[in-house]
Amino acid sequence: MDAPNLNKQIPSIVVWLLLLAMPYWLPAIGGYVELGSEVVVLGLAAMALNFLLGYTGVLSFGHAAYFGLGAYGAAMTIRYLVPSTGLGIVVGIVVGTVAAAIIGPLIIRLRGVYFAMVTIAFGQVFYFIAFRWNNVTGGDDGLTGWTRLPLHFGFATIDIQNNPNAFYYLVLALFAVSVGVMAWLLRSPFGRTLIAIRENERRARFLGIPVDQHIWMSWVISCGFVSLAGALYALLNNFVDPRALYWTQSGDFVIMAVLGGMRSFWGPLIGAAIYVVLRDYLSSQTENWQSFIGLFFVLVVLFFPRGVLGMIRRKVMS
Amino acid sequence: MTQLVLFNVFNGLIVGAFYALMALGLSLILNLSGVINFAHGGFLAIGGYLAFTMIPYVGFWGALVLAPILTAVIGVIVERVLIRRLYGRDPLYSLLLTFGLAFMIEDGTRFIWGAQSLPFQVPGWLVTPLSSEYFFLTGYRLFMVLVVAVAVIGLFLILGRTRLGIRIRAGTLDLETVSVLGVNVRVLRNMNFGLGIYLAGLAGVLAVGQLGLQPTIGASLIMPSFVAIIVGGLGSLPGTLLGGLLIGVASGITTVFFPSASEAVIYVMMAVVLLVRPRGLLGEEGRF
Repeated sequence: MDAPNLNKQIPSIVVWLLLLAMPYWLPAIGGYVELGSEVVVLGLAAMALNFLLGYTGVLSFGHAAYFGLGAYGAAMTIRYLVPSTGLGIVVGIVVGTVAAAIIGPLIIRLRGVYFAMVTIAFGQVFYFIAFRWNNVTGGDDGLTGWTRLPLHFGFATIDIQNNPNAFYYLVLALFAVSVGVMAWLLRSPFGRTLIAIRENERRARFLGIPVDQHIWMSWVISCGFVSLAGALYALLNNFVDPRALYWTQSGDFVIMAVLGGMRSFWGPLIGAAIYVVLRDYLSSQTENWQSFIGLFFVLVVLFFPRGVLGMIRRKVMS
Repeated sequence: MTQLVLFNVFNGLIVGAFYALMALGLSLILNLSGVINFAHGGFLAIGGYLAFTMIPYVGFWGALVLAPILTAVIGVIVERVLIRRLYGRDPLYSLLLTFGLAFMIEDGTRFIWGAQSLPFQVPGWLVTPLSSEYFFLTGYRLFMVLVVAVAVIGLFLILGRTRLGIRIRAGTLDLETVSVLGVNVRVLRNMNFGLGIYLAGLAGVLAVGQLGLQPTIGASLIMPSFVAIIVGGLGSLPGTLLGGLLIGVASGITTVFFPSASEAVIYVMMAVVLLVRPRGLLGEEGRF
């Protein structure tokens, strides 16, 4: 590997080292391991959204729906079907991905703000189902009476139920696989085609690329990883409620991606880390934390439209 | 049974009128400036709360006139200070900005007026039922329909007959040409935003008389307004009106037969419309 290539790898290496050692350094600076797990889970959701938003150039404002479906899929499987964490995750991913695949054809022809508007409106269907179907979903109070269970592999048992570090590493392992797949996809011809569509959709269409089909695939892939994040989110809290599906949650994912930098691979993770820590801090300090979050949105849009990594890259270049 | 259905259809029509009033304002702003105003529900709440605060001083009728105007003034200022900076940028940014504004307004109203639902007094003679058989036909409900009708007719007159309205419609089709012809587009967009917010404020005053006054009232009304726009057809104001009324009635009828699906049904309608006629009921072909 020659020198410039190595330079390019340094940010990734730093990110992985920080993530791997998180349970050791985070408590030392006043955090707790569950907060670290939350950052990784929401970071995965934001990176999955960014697959569509930053790399395909399609503005989805409805990813909370698939995040929530993943969460409910996992929770309801463990609560009603089989007490198995692994199966819960699988069902969560399948439910979210299938829903996205079905809704996809209805929306892929729309662009820009209209795509955003329709995706966010569709998300509300699932919100109202979760909210109204009391005896199954627990309604507004959320679905309780279940917990994540230890993982059994013939030769060993990993106690993710009581050991937060073990759960963190499970989350991190799934995060690593997902991020690896997304990075691989983006480097493949398929990913390059998505970027071509982002840069100039008309030209891509004239080149004979089936644009709608590519956007549909990107949408389904993105929603699939978001549902994995949702399933992990439910497992992290041992709880799920309709707010995981609500449209404001979609806005949270978008702000994470923008805050960290939509045009950089690791940006959304950094955005998620800043956002989660900030919200955790604000909600412990003031009852009106919602106002501050709103103000934060406004300030990010006005002063940090390129995100943290975008700013740094600009500084380095100039 | 007939009475129950009639009651719910009528109720749905009223709710639909709210959706339409809100969606018309959203549509105006969306068509001319390409901004989805997530804070629209927030402005609706501001209209309602301002009316609540004013009533002891100027009475119900005074509040009905003044509160929407004051809301529109706030809207004009917000556009001038914040939203104007984002025209011409990726629509993502105006979305996020108004999203943040919606949070701030909802929390702000909670901070100023409290989280509890507040009583909102409408004149006594408007509340009494007009007929003992059709108990739901209170004067206030008819009055709301009347006000919405007047507002909608007024809006279409403004758009059709006044210089401002003609410029707004022209700008919706081709803003650049309008600008080249010597119209100050900044002022035009500003006025247009104010007009949209006025409708939200008016919807707010009417809505709180029916639904009660609470900080989350805007958040619960904004999503159906999106659906109204999509069902009616993007870019078409008559479509938006029709969409609002349709989803209101559909939701009302569903309340009779399957109450727990009354909210979800409008999204199913949206899915059907997108499947069968992606441009919406009255939308122009090929525009989006």
